[in-house]
Amino acid sequence: MGVLTASVLAQAFALVFDPYVLWVILASAIFGLFVGAVPGLTATMATALLVPVTFFMPPVPAIASIVTATAMAIFAGDIPSCLLRMPGTPASAAYTDEAYAMTKKGQGEVALGSGLWFSVLGGLFGTAVLIAAAPSLAEIALKFSSFEYFWLVVLGLASAVFLAIGNPLKGVVSLLFGLLVASEGLDNPAGYPRFTFGNAELAGGLTLIPIMIGMFAVSEILRSVSRIEQPWEMAQAKIGNVLHGMWGLTKRYPVQLLRGSVVGTAIGALPGAGADIAAWMSYAISKRFSKEREKFGTGHVEGIIEAGASNNSALAGAWIPALVFGIPGDSITAIVIGVLYIKGLNPGPTIFMNNAPAIYAIFLVFILANLLMLPLGIAAIKAAKQMLRAPREVLLPVILLFCIVGSFAINNSIFGVLLMLAFGIVGYVMEENGFPIAPAILGMVLGAMLEENFISSMIKADGRLLAFFERPIAGSLGVLTIAVFSVPLIRRTMAVPWRRSEP
Amino acid sequence: MPGQKFGPAWFPGLIAVGLAVCGALLIVSGARQRAPWIAAPEWIHSPRARAGVAALLAGLVFYVLAADALGFHITGVLLLAAWIRLLGASWRVTLPVAIISTLVIHFSFYKLLRVPLPWGVLEGWAF
Repeated sequence: MGVLTASVLAQAFALVFDPYVLWVILASAIFGLFVGAVPGLTATMATALLVPVTFFMPPVPAIASIVTATAMAIFAGDIPSCLLRMPGTPASAAYTDEAYAMTKKGQGEVALGSGLWFSVLGGLFGTAVLIAAAPSLAEIALKFSSFEYFWLVVLGLASAVFLAIGNPLKGVVSLLFGLLVASEGLDNPAGYPRFTFGNAELAGGLTLIPIMIGMFAVSEILRSVSRIEQPWEMAQAKIGNVLHGMWGLTKRYPVQLLRGSVVGTAIGALPGAGADIAAWMSYAISKRFSKEREKFGTGHVEGIIEAGASNNSALAGAWIPALVFGIPGDSITAIVIGVLYIKGLNPGPTIFMNNAPAIYAIFLVFILANLLMLPLGIAAIKAAKQMLRAPREVLLPVILLFCIVGSFAINNSIFGVLLMLAFGIVGYVMEENGFPIAPAILGMVLGAMLEENFISSMIKADGRLLAFFERPIAGSLGVLTIAVFSVPLIRRTMAVPWRRSEP
Repeated sequence: MPGQKFGPAWFPGLIAVGLAVCGALLIVSGARQRAPWIAAPEWIHSPRARAGVAALLAGLVFYVLAADALGFHITGVLLLAAWIRLLGASWRVTLPVAIISTLVIHFSFYKLLRVPLPWGVLEGWAF
């Protein structure tokens, strides 16, 4: 297993280099570039909106469309950062001020170019790690029982809470809310209807896709409409050959590029944290270790290189736990896991044996999407002014109607639209009050897995809690989980006297 | 269920306890910072934003209630026209966009992807 035979590779190539699949990739690339470039439309939103369409596609083009659209969207998020001082997606927020400052200094071309060039390099790095790590990790995961999976899920949920930006307590509330949503319906170890109120629609459990369209798309549209009075003022930038000087920057900042890619891939692979958190961390690291720290914030390219590579590498990193364990690495893969199940590509270690051609086809799409980013990215930068002129008062309603139809299409039921509306409001209220969305989504995706593995472990162990530590890997994971939980607690108790002295 | 320590109520019960604890902690920390119980968002002062948000939510409720009876096509055009116009576009932009977008969704979802969008009162003219 994990051995890549020539025949598997040949099949994978045949799956990808098919005219239909290539068209899907091209169309999703343009879609992703547009969604990424328009502030208020995010990469996760692009994924949620793509799902109803991918529903009707074979597995490889379905997954390929999501991979391509998200990669393009994360890069394209840099474009309005440079021109409008508004991040196109949250993943660009970390260096929006920096990029805009460069444009104001007349270096808009360099800012846009390095956004593109280092996104491509970071994305390729993350892809390489994904291809190398996932199959070998799967080999280890084959030996996992419910005990190990239980700890992995707990560890994933914990990292989602601790890596979220802001108040960790609000992260916990968000996570618990997600778990509560997941516990709804008949689909639990006892097969007992929970919170169904005798309603047939509720008995099947809440369908995740309308919920995600609500939380990621409808809430974002509500936010954009509430800010419709804010004008978009475009900075002037002379744009010629955007790749000019990129090789020089690569040779000048190789450490930043590598560090950004490594941190990005790792943050991506940690459940619950994705490209946005990766970019924030990498930008902070870049500033911390820079020789020219005083230049940060005044339009200095160094942080853009590191964080720009980081957010694109995080995308591929997030697929590692998603494919191997069925534990999403970020909000995008949280949606993707649902698609994988629908397409019969059930995530888990055996996916590399049972569906090797499809998995290697997905890897190929990752490489292709990142290479395609170079020419299409240049075109997108040239067309940026036109894209950013798209009237919001027309765009937002049309996207909302698309959301309605997409939510309806999952079960062909109006109940999906109702779910979308309810969770759209919930998502909006949560974000406005500092409750991160990612832990809730992770809770919804992992809730059933958490409960199932706990109950079946308890049945196997006859109710002895100690059994969770008796198998070597389970024991280590358990100790690690407890350590992860206690470190912030210890740090907090130690830090109290320090913090009090601060104003 | 009786006789089962880890029955179906156990997991939601655990979540409820967690939510209660976190809720209490948040109330305490909010009270310490003397945060207000409820605060209006800034956009509430902008009539255009207020009308837009209200129209979006009301429109979604309207869709849920009316789509089956009126059909997707009428509801879609009505909603788009109301939303786009309320957000500030002129009628000359609003009407063509509303009709063309609805038709694009009809052809892509109903025709191509075979999603059974309701026809409602237009049942006799279904195409």
